Amino acid sequence: MAAALLAQAPALPLDDAGGYVAAAYIVFVLLLIVYVGIMAAKLARISRELDELAEIAESRERERAGS
Amino acid sequence: MKTPSLRTLAIATAVLIGAGFALVFFYAPNETDQGFIQKIFYLHVPLAIVALIGFVIGGIHAVRHLRSGDPVHDARSYVSIHTSVIFGVAVLITGAIWAKASWGRWWVWDEPTLVSFLIVFLLYSTYYPLRYAIPDRERQARYASVFAVTAGAFVPLNFMAVRAAESLVHPRTFATAEGGLPPKMWLTFLVCLAGIASLWYILVRFELTAKRTSAQLSRLRRALDGSPPPAAAGVGSRIAPGATTTG
Repeated sequence: MAAALLAQAPALPLDDAGGYVAAAYIVFVLLLIVYVGIMAAKLARISRELDELAEIAESRERERAGS
Repeated sequence: MKTPSLRTLAIATAVLIGAGFALVFFYAPNETDQGFIQKIFYLHVPLAIVALIGFVIGGIHAVRHLRSGDPVHDARSYVSIHTSVIFGVAVLITGAIWAKASWGRWWVWDEPTLVSFLIVFLLYSTYYPLRYAIPDRERQARYASVFAVTAGAFVPLNFMAVRAAESLVHPRTFATAEGGLPPKMWLTFLVCLAGIASLWYILVRFELTAKRTSAQLSRLRRALDGSPPPAAAGVGSRIAPGATTTG
């Protein structure tokens, strides 16, 4: 399917114009990757905090059960 | 009406952007004047349109916040503007690349469309220092909303002023004497616009969800520690909506 699509497609120019177009689309993708990376880091921090809080809650539960 | 889940939205966005880019390179014909370089149009223009509409949406949420005092609207306004500023960075970079390829220069100072977008972008770049310079959370939200309303009203005015200005340099694509875009280009443009708009919306939803979760975690931590909430202390700089869904 992909091969058939590529066979139908016009050849992409790899001269100056092609370089500029590629640069524009690559910039967009890079920005997106950076943004997703930042969000992933935030999500990881939230997950860590959640684990910490779960641990605190569980230790209190154990203390209560022990007393 | 039930809002679609982040997962559904993410899939729809990926499909739309993928289809849009496929149409750009395999379906839309090369433009007669600019040739292959015009392919940047399908990325640059939707990004610019969505960024500007996002600024206006931020202003609308700010009006709601000023009317109701509900911090959820402030959070929506902040996240809309934040996402639009990021899109604005992409607009400026892709625009500079297009300018260099078409005009031989990275930036043209006597071109109203470029300079006006830069002014809007710089205006919104001052939103962050303004916001975080105010330590009191309620005042911070109120002042930020006033800024968002004023700047949001400036965006369409600015757009109309630029359209009214005569320009011999920047191409007018949609409504020209020659009839504008051919149907194949229109279809490609609309799919790309839908994809970029969908991307903006999902990023806003994602950021709001992350902020809400973060706020709930802080509440939980305070409840476990037995410490008072920051609102009671009257000071706090983080945007923390109680419960959010974008509307």
